[in-house]
Amino acid sequence: MTSFLKPKIRRPNEPLNSLGLARADYEGNMSTLCAGCGHDSVTAAIVRTFYELGIPPHRALKISGIGCSSKTTTYFMKDSHGANTVHGRMPSFATGALSANNDLACIGISGDGDSLSIGLGQMAHAMRRNVNMLYVLENNGVYGLTKGQFSASADLGSLPKKGTPNEFPAIDPVAFALSVGATFVARSFSGDRKQLVALMKAGLKHKGFALIDVISPCVSFNDHKGSTKSYAHTYEFFSQAVHADYVPPSEEIVAAYEEGEMMPVELHDGGHIRLRKLEADYDPTDRGAAFGRAVASDNTDEILTGLLYLDESQPDLHEIQNMEARPLNEIPYTELNPGAESLKALQSEFR
Amino acid sequence: MSGPGLNDFVIKIGTVNGTGSASANGLLMKSIFRMGVPVVGKNVFPSNIQGLPTWYEIRVSGDGHAGRSGEVHMTVAMNQATYEQDLAELSTGGVLVYDSTWPRPQLESRPDVTVIGVPLMAMCNEVVKAARSRILMKNMAYVGAVAALVDLDLNVIRSLVEETFAAKVKLIDSNMEAVKLGYDYVKEHYETPLRFRVSPLDKTSGKVMIDGNTAASLGCVYAGATFGAWYPITPSTSVMDGFAKYCKKLRVDPETGKNKFCIIQAEDELAAVGLIIGAAWNGARAFTPTSGPGISLMSEWIGFAYYTEIPIVLFDIQRTGPSTGMPTRTQQCDIQTTAYASHGDTKHIVLYPADPNECFDFAVHSFDLAERFQTPVFFLSDIDIGMNDWMVDELSWVDNYIPDRGKVLTEDDLSKMESFSRYLDVDGDNIPYRTLPGTDPKGAYFLRGSGHNKHARYTELGHEYQEVVDRLSAKWESAKSAVPAPLVQKASSATRQGIIAIGSSDAAVTEARDRLEADGMPVDYMRVRAFPFSDEVEAFMAAHDEIFVVEQNRDAQLHGLLLNETKVPREKLISILHYSGEPLNYRFVCDELMKRIKLRKIA
Repeated sequence: MTSFLKPKIRRPNEPLNSLGLARADYEGNMSTLCAGCGHDSVTAAIVRTFYELGIPPHRALKISGIGCSSKTTTYFMKDSHGANTVHGRMPSFATGALSANNDLACIGISGDGDSLSIGLGQMAHAMRRNVNMLYVLENNGVYGLTKGQFSASADLGSLPKKGTPNEFPAIDPVAFALSVGATFVARSFSGDRKQLVALMKAGLKHKGFALIDVISPCVSFNDHKGSTKSYAHTYEFFSQAVHADYVPPSEEIVAAYEEGEMMPVELHDGGHIRLRKLEADYDPTDRGAAFGRAVASDNTDEILTGLLYLDESQPDLHEIQNMEARPLNEIPYTELNPGAESLKALQSEFR
Repeated sequence: MSGPGLNDFVIKIGTVNGTGSASANGLLMKSIFRMGVPVVGKNVFPSNIQGLPTWYEIRVSGDGHAGRSGEVHMTVAMNQATYEQDLAELSTGGVLVYDSTWPRPQLESRPDVTVIGVPLMAMCNEVVKAARSRILMKNMAYVGAVAALVDLDLNVIRSLVEETFAAKVKLIDSNMEAVKLGYDYVKEHYETPLRFRVSPLDKTSGKVMIDGNTAASLGCVYAGATFGAWYPITPSTSVMDGFAKYCKKLRVDPETGKNKFCIIQAEDELAAVGLIIGAAWNGARAFTPTSGPGISLMSEWIGFAYYTEIPIVLFDIQRTGPSTGMPTRTQQCDIQTTAYASHGDTKHIVLYPADPNECFDFAVHSFDLAERFQTPVFFLSDIDIGMNDWMVDELSWVDNYIPDRGKVLTEDDLSKMESFSRYLDVDGDNIPYRTLPGTDPKGAYFLRGSGHNKHARYTELGHEYQEVVDRLSAKWESAKSAVPAPLVQKASSATRQGIIAIGSSDAAVTEARDRLEADGMPVDYMRVRAFPFSDEVEAFMAAHDEIFVVEQNRDAQLHGLLLNETKVPREKLISILHYSGEPLNYRFVCDELMKRIKLRKIA
């Protein structure tokens, strides 16, 4: 098998974004995932997100680990530099890449095996460093490429296609992210593109680490009756706590809020995230409350979605490191070389 | 064979770690250096913060030998737990200095050595009140005692103390007072100076006393490295400490106060190497310092960087293995690991510096090689080079140095091209062109550790896969003419016998070779400085019938690598192995060489 190149189909009068690019310009190779895979819907949402935000594809990085979800980085934005790295280690690669050039928009794609088992440590540390990236965790509760083993996000008692129910409690990426200090924590569902695109836009524009845990059912190994990550189960127990919309800097924020709306959160780029509460007493800026609510939902069948926590006040890694605005990879050597005289002078301490 | 004599002797100081003796020992060594006399310092310390035995060995060598001698002529026994061992190591005719505040009759058991008791603690207790200060001052008092015995210049000691405490002036007098306590007591009670002592020379101008890790960190700064990530591990930590120190001094924009570098302390070695691979992929010169256990953890990523052709530099400061081993003791035990790190067919470029001066040069060279060949480069040092202060030529720099960034396409280059294929051998030199993210849509490609063809597309087709890995092999092979060539010391008369060694074995091997030649046993010596082995390595082995491979590990790893990677016949190579964890000494090398040379003659 080689990779499948997708022909670029141009339609007459197709809408163009602020850069004059069509949605097709944000697509990638043909997906080689199973028909109906949730991940393909996530890919479509990513295409729409970058297209609508008008991000030049070559100014974006798409980085993944290993697994079905990680394969999807080739299915969107073929004009972006992409990297399919090592299992569970996408966060370190992404952190390094962004350290060399913080001007690029970075999306990391991972799965529940890649993030919650082999890569739990790296994900945690990218969060606590507040790396400026959107981290999409395509969560199906199962290992697909190795044919159906439970992952660490499988719920206790969830049934496999064959064999005995899952015996270990799930790691909830949302509760985990809140506990290690992520500054943007959301959950969504591959079947709700509207919510997903809105969250992705907000996550990309958030300055810092943005996690979106996306329930993305596996049609081949985890979509049967008794599975808590199936399409049917997710549709049935899906609940929205807070809706979030990204409002670009050019758009005026209307002073009067709609029913349930909160004060918009201002972003680094001058835009805003407009939050609308669907659950009356949920406060997505209260970390402790968000954690409590997430854990409470873990104890029921409820799949709590939306922008569950947001803290725009924390410095991102670039700021913490006190690095200059210009990317490291653009600083000319003449500015990096301290010179022969300095070397001579500093060696006086060695005499 | 030598010493003790004027400017030719070894002092070994046995103390308890965590008592502040390191600065006292450094003071002694630097005083000798400032008196113009070449000196070698070796710190043998435990993997512990407080309470275990530690030794510091100072070799005074007017002839400028840079390695250990294997003998001890003066022992300063400050740790009662190791009295027995310290006394036993002392050569006949040697001198033992101890704290006679408490009587130690067991130290009088050797009639062939002179025992000098100085009531260090008692004297210090009289003048110093605070308990911690008493311990520190006791150290300064033994400096004074030694100074009197070997005739060190008190003015030199004073100026060093003044420099050390420039920020805390009141400590200058109290420290000098302690030095004087020991000095005066010895002057009053014993005949001084000893027969072996220091006499000023002019052999240290243009030299510095520096450790290899600091020198390597300066190399990273001068090479223009902007990104470093690491997980703390002995004995590599001081590479990053040095890089951070010099970046803060030299790489902060004076106007904005912003950094032109990024240092990340990773959560583990897997993350450390992942971080630098990401940064290097995106165009920063990036490195990680580590040691053997770290290389084991990084192995998966190293294969990724090799296969995807990302230039990174890994500083492996070797320590004694296997497993945790003896973390503060030295060995050359990662020779094979670094040559072939990672699963699958992988081969790497490895540089073998021998002293701190070379650490500086090779650090710079490592980045040039990594970017030119678009591959991981290992800088293989060890604890002896990395953490001991060596007297070497002052580090020097030429300001017209231009980093070799390799084949990186600019936006302008890309605009003139029809299409771009990341792994296509356009120039026929097995090195493809690379692009940096963000440059131009045409430069975009997908990086993957899975099978890929020359266009960087996924493949499971055998011939497409082979085309890429064959080119990688040829690329690696071609590096042998670009890496530092070996250095050969020829005997003054023709000989069919040769020695091969690398890295920190050099000083002891050089001295052993010189002494053997003086004793009528001429042997040539080649120091290999890099892997892949260059044609000169092959030629040296072809020109000798018997080749002694001296190295510091149990399994003859260099020997094995030579057999595997050159045409040398197996029977030509004879191993000489030293793997106790202590730095190699010339006496050991001499004895082992003589044994084998004589055996061969009989046979």
